Amino acid sequence: MGVIFESIRFATVFLFGSAGETVTEKSGHLNLGTPGVMCIGAMGSAIGASIYLSMCGGVGGTNAFLSFLFPFLFCILFAGLAGLLFSFITVTLHCNQNVTGLALTTFGVGLYPFVTSFLEANPVMKAGFSSISHKYLTHVFPEQFYNMNDFTRLFFSYGVLVYLAIAIAIAIAIIMKKTKVGLFLRTVGENPSAADAAGISVNRYRYLATMIGSAISGLGGMFYLFDWCSGAFEFVVDAYGWLAVSLVIFTMWKTEIGIAGSLLFSFLYIFPGYLNFSGPDKKLFELVPYAATILILVITSIFKLGKAPAGLGQSYFREDR
Amino acid sequence: MNRSPAVELKGITKIFGRIIANHDCTLSLYTGEILSLLGENGSGKTTLMNAVAGIYYPDEGEIFVDGKKVQIKSPHDAYKYHIGMVHQHFKLVDTFTAVENVVVGLNKKDYEEIAKKDGEKYQGFNLKASARRISKICNEFGFKLNPWQRVNSMSVSEKQTLEIVKALFRGVDILILDEPTAVLTPQETEKLFDVLRNMKAHGKSVIIITHKLNEVLEISDRVAVLCKGEVVGDILTEEANEKILTEMMVGHKVDLNIERKDIPTTGERLEIQNLNLTGRDGRKILKNINFTLYGSEILGIAGISGSGQKELLETIAGLNRNTAGTIIFHNPKKEQPVTFFHKDIKQIRELAAQNKFHLKGKKEPLSLVGISNKEITEMVNNEQIIFYEDEIMNLKGKKPIEIRDLGIKLSFVPEDRLGMGLVGNMDLIDNMMLRSFRKGKGVIVHREKPEKLAKELVEELEIKTPSLHTSVKKLSGGNIQKVLVGREISSRPKVLMVAYPVRGLDINSSYMIYNLINKQKEKGSAVIYVGEDLDVILALCDRVLVLRDGEVAGILNCRETNKNEVGLLMTKKKKEDEEDA
Repeated sequence: MGVIFESIRFATVFLFGSAGETVTEKSGHLNLGTPGVMCIGAMGSAIGASIYLSMCGGVGGTNAFLSFLFPFLFCILFAGLAGLLFSFITVTLHCNQNVTGLALTTFGVGLYPFVTSFLEANPVMKAGFSSISHKYLTHVFPEQFYNMNDFTRLFFSYGVLVYLAIAIAIAIAIIMKKTKVGLFLRTVGENPSAADAAGISVNRYRYLATMIGSAISGLGGMFYLFDWCSGAFEFVVDAYGWLAVSLVIFTMWKTEIGIAGSLLFSFLYIFPGYLNFSGPDKKLFELVPYAATILILVITSIFKLGKAPAGLGQSYFREDR
Repeated sequence: MNRSPAVELKGITKIFGRIIANHDCTLSLYTGEILSLLGENGSGKTTLMNAVAGIYYPDEGEIFVDGKKVQIKSPHDAYKYHIGMVHQHFKLVDTFTAVENVVVGLNKKDYEEIAKKDGEKYQGFNLKASARRISKICNEFGFKLNPWQRVNSMSVSEKQTLEIVKALFRGVDILILDEPTAVLTPQETEKLFDVLRNMKAHGKSVIIITHKLNEVLEISDRVAVLCKGEVVGDILTEEANEKILTEMMVGHKVDLNIERKDIPTTGERLEIQNLNLTGRDGRKILKNINFTLYGSEILGIAGISGSGQKELLETIAGLNRNTAGTIIFHNPKKEQPVTFFHKDIKQIRELAAQNKFHLKGKKEPLSLVGISNKEITEMVNNEQIIFYEDEIMNLKGKKPIEIRDLGIKLSFVPEDRLGMGLVGNMDLIDNMMLRSFRKGKGVIVHREKPEKLAKELVEELEIKTPSLHTSVKKLSGGNIQKVLVGREISSRPKVLMVAYPVRGLDINSSYMIYNLINKQKEKGSAVIYVGEDLDVILALCDRVLVLRDGEVAGILNCRETNKNEVGLLMTKKKKEDEEDA
């Protein structure tokens, strides 16, 4: 039972990461900076939390709603800015998306410990972080309610971000399929010159999609920091960012499949911990999700399951000849 | 005819880097007419129309729509003025349905305007309502289109229909079609023309970009001719005929003063017999090509671009697999010693059995029966074994590398010069090595020979480069081309094929290349020259082969023919040929 509960919870990291990257890739942007963006998102939420903590002067008397809102808003802000940076470099300056993305990852992964090292020096902050984490983020519903039986525990015992991730994934799926905006965005990703000829501003769509996508990915970082690690900022989220990127391919650019996909990835990651292994064997089992990723990618490309947006990775400049 | 201009272009100039695509173009389109925009490839037709459709923003000049000056900065602006364009490469999303492709990009305001025009109520983003509207348009103009069909399952003609419907859906009054018939069968072309006439009857104006004279005469009311980026003039179709249009298209004769030596040819080099090539899409690219190429001659190949020039050269070079027909190569080996360069001992034994060799200084055929391999090796190395006659071999089935080694060199200057022949980031020496890296022993490359070659080329061709170690991409276009052509020529080819070697070069560099080619001819090479400028072909080459739709339209003697004759061959339809005959 525990393994399922944990898997569902941890899937949130992957779901945020891949859902955000899906939005970005649907616009034709291959943002390999997602791991970095998630780190920057985690960093933003840490900054938000510390601002809130210093505003209310310490640990005691924190408001549950505000202690969620501050990290949340700052997370979106910083991750969105990272997306803005990526778009500026690739769209406005016409740089290579792969290189830019990898640089952004390196940047984000380096920036996160740098910023959090300032917080680490302050013991009040450290305690405050775990209190914020406990106050609101990890459990939405009251304990008396979700602890009634296994069924309620399975569905109602999670933090707000878990539910938010699923809601966002479903919302993205609906927007992509049913709405005008989704159609336009897919056109930009599939064939930017066709979109341009149809009167869609390719640059605006790419900027916005990348920023929104990055903000969503960034929430994965926030979840990891405040929910999964209970505010302990020594752990860095970037490895899961890579899995999130490959999850996008695995889910065939569909966030509704992403919900199941992230559950599977999460299960592969959590499950070995429940087996009685230690030492090298344990380490070996920790490789399973990565090996599974490679295997899955091979299978999806052999059987040509799903198709990437045709314009993925291409920069677009109207007067190119 | 109503003579109020729907669109007027005044003094449009568009420059890409150092290339002037359009210079001072002035053009009017009147309401309810079909205007043909005629010109050779690269004459700037598409660029000019892209300026109207909002793809390119002109560097100079003004555009007037219905007498009012407008600025068209994007395709969306163009739609605002009811101008739509069907591009040669369709702007469709393959994975979407027809209706999705049509409505993409439409905002609430656009819908409201469309609804107002139709006298209907705005229904919001509603694919079903849009599909109904598409069906209505189809009925009105005589199209056949299933709004729910995916684009990737459509034929080319259906995709084109979809593009036209997409424009009409947006209430376009002025429709521009870029080479619409290039991809259509004759029947589909007829259908398209019916639709265009129908649109004209509905009061819409159409511009059709083309280089096919017969279509111009068939469909349009008026013809405007572009040549080298400038509007040469316009003429009412009823007053035009093929001869007048060809003259306008190819321009006046220019004297070039290219030195052409009259030297006797030195026997056959290449015999092309019934060569056919089928493209990946099943379309015939080359149809029954027959010609013979002689040593010490330059054969020009003329034709509207895309008539199969590139494919013909590639086929000779062995790069195309899907061919039928024979290519016979006469290796000029008469009275030359055999070498191990392309023959091994087994092959030499076989040839000797066919009495192909004689010993140096002797007349009678050489027999190698009973002579050991070691002795043969020694004889070959001492150049004792001599061919009686030129070696005749079929190139079909040979690998490109084998054909290269035989001395058949292809120097193709692609539109993107660095794309095919050179590696931009490597320096001159390394680029020289790209052709010789297989030679030499060991793992470590030897740079002495290529360095010497690069040095010679730089001096001989006056290539302007800071040093031999400069990346090729940093050189100017002309110098890059000299490197590319120079490298091919340096290997003393027996057959040299050059395509567009002076594209984008200034006059001086062009003459340098012409001289290089002439020198090869003097040395006895057979040269195939594919070019765009008819003046150059007629001045440089000995004979000119005109390709039209992958067929040989004729082979003319350059000393006797003129530009108009070649031009007519390039553009005339086959049917009319038969009528003439």
